[in-house]
Amino acid sequence: MKTADRPPAGPSPGKRTRNQAHAAAAGGTIPWPLGVPALLAALFLLVPLAGLLVRAPWRGLPRLLTDSQVLDALRLSLLCASAATAVSLLLGVPLAWVLARSQVRGTSVLRALVTLPLVLPPVVGGVALLLAFGREGIMGRLLEQWTGITLPFTTAGVIVAETFVAMPFLIITVEGAFRTSDRGLEEAAATLGATRLTVFRTVTVPLIAPSLLAGAVLCWARALGEFGATITFAGNFPGRTQTMPLAVYVALESDPDAAVALSLVLLLVSIAVLVGLRDRWLSAGASG
Amino acid sequence: MRRATLIITTIATAGLLLTGCGATSTTAGSSTRPSTSASSPAPVSGTVNVFAAASLREAFTALGKQFEAAHPGTKVVFNFGPSSGLATQITAGAPADVFASASAKNMDQVVKTGDAASPTDFASNVMEIAVPPKNPAAITALSDLAGPGVKVALCQPAVPCGVTAAKVFTNARLTVTPVTQEVDVKAVLTKVSLGEVDAGVVYVTDVRAAGAKVRGIVIPADVNASTRYPIATLTKAPNKATAEAFTAFVLSADGASILTADGFAKP
Repeated sequence: MKTADRPPAGPSPGKRTRNQAHAAAAGGTIPWPLGVPALLAALFLLVPLAGLLVRAPWRGLPRLLTDSQVLDALRLSLLCASAATAVSLLLGVPLAWVLARSQVRGTSVLRALVTLPLVLPPVVGGVALLLAFGREGIMGRLLEQWTGITLPFTTAGVIVAETFVAMPFLIITVEGAFRTSDRGLEEAAATLGATRLTVFRTVTVPLIAPSLLAGAVLCWARALGEFGATITFAGNFPGRTQTMPLAVYVALESDPDAAVALSLVLLLVSIAVLVGLRDRWLSAGASG
Repeated sequence: MRRATLIITTIATAGLLLTGCGATSTTAGSSTRPSTSASSPAPVSGTVNVFAAASLREAFTALGKQFEAAHPGTKVVFNFGPSSGLATQITAGAPADVFASASAKNMDQVVKTGDAASPTDFASNVMEIAVPPKNPAAITALSDLAGPGVKVALCQPAVPCGVTAAKVFTNARLTVTPVTQEVDVKAVLTKVSLGEVDAGVVYVTDVRAAGAKVRGIVIPADVNASTRYPIATLTKAPNKATAEAFTAFVLSADGASILTADGFAKP
C-alpha cells in the first residue's frame, strides 16, 4: 500500500532529469523498470475486480441477493469454512507442532506429504477423497458399514473437502512460527516445573498467536473459496452442499447477472476479512 | 483522502484499459470478416474449435477423427461441457467456430445475441436410468427413484439433461429429490459409475458409451422425454471455412451413421 501511494514513475525515461535519477537511487521515486511492471501487475490484479463492479447488476442486486438459494449458499459457505477452520485448528496445530519439533526420522517426508494438497489441483483432491471416503472408498466403506454414515453429498462432506484443501495452509504457517519461536522461554517454563503440555498451552501457543491467526484466516479464506474438491466430493445441491463458489459457477450457466451478484458478495466478504485483520495480517506475514 | 484518490485513479485507468482492449478486439473481428466473405472459397485447413454438449463427447470425438482424416491439415479441437455453460462462453466472446447444443433453448440463446444463425437439428436423444453394475438399491423401474433413501444424481436444472429428466418425472407424475445436481451429464455418469449414488438419469447414449461401468434401465416410451441437438457455424468463427465444412460433415450421411452407431436418433 505504501509504495502505491507514491506517484507512479513516468514511463518516458528520456525526460528524466539527473535529480530524479538521483532521487530514485536514494529511494525517493520508483525507477521505471520496476515501476512499469509493478503498475502492470497492480492493474492486472485490480482490473478483473473493476470488471465485476462495472458489470454488476446494481439495480437488480436486492432481488438477486435476497433469493433464498443465495442466502442458503452464503450461510452454508460461512458455516462450512468456519467448521473447516475449527477442525484444522484442532488437528492441524498439533501436527504443525510435531512437524516443527519432532526429531523422529521421516518427519521431513511427512511434512512434504501433508502439505501436498497445497499444490495438488483441488479436483484431484476431490477424486482422492471420493476414493478414500466415498461409499466405495477404502475408509468410506467401513464408515458406512459401522455407522451407516456416508460423507459424499452431505454438508459434512463439504467440510471434509474444505478441510483437506485448507488445513495445509494453516499447518505451513503455524509450523514456521513454531520453528522460529523463542525456545528459551519454553525451556525456562520447563525448568520451573511445567509439563510439556502446560508449556505448549501457556507459553508456545501465546508466542505464536499472530501466526496462528494469520494461518487461521488463510485457511478460512481458502476454505471459503474451495470449489474443485467440493463439487467433486460433496456434489452440488442447493442448501446442502452448494456453497457460494458452486452457486456462482452454476448461476453463470443460466443467470450471469446472479453469478456477478454472488461474486460481489464473496468479494465483499474477502475485503471485510482483509480489512478486519490487516494489521495483524501484515505483521504476521512479515515475521512468518 | 490520498487512498481514495488512488482508488479512483486506479479504476479510471482500469476503465481506459478495458475500452482499449475492447477497441482492439473489434478491429480484429472486422478484419477477419472480409477474408471469409471473399468470392474464392477459403481453404479448409487449420484448427477448428468445436463447442459441443457433454453428451456428444464420444460421437463427436469419432466424428472429429474422421473429419481430420478426410481433410488433411485440419485439426478439430473440442470443448465439451454443459450446453448452457458453452452458450454463456460463446456469448461472452469465446473463440468458437461451431456450437453443437443438446437443446434448442441454449442454441436460441446464442442465436439471439447474433453469434449464430440458422441452426440445424442433427440428432435427438432420450433418457435412461443408469445404475452402478451391482445395482445396490435394486432399482428396476423409474418409480424406484422416488423411494426413501435412494440416492439419485441428476443434472442441474439449467442443463438440457436436467430439463429433460425433469420432463420425464413430470410425465410419470413422480417427485424425485436428488442428492446432487451435477454440472453436466458426464458428471452424473461418473457419480454412478463410482457407486457414490444409487442411480442417475442420463441419455441413452451415455449409458451405451459407459460400457460395463454402468447398467442401463430403460424408461418406458410413454413417459420418456427427448431433446434435439442443433448445430451451427458461429457468425464470428475465426476459421469459418473449416467450421462450415465440419458442420456439413456432422449433417452428412457419414456423420449421421456415426451418431446412430452411438445410439443417437435422427432428429
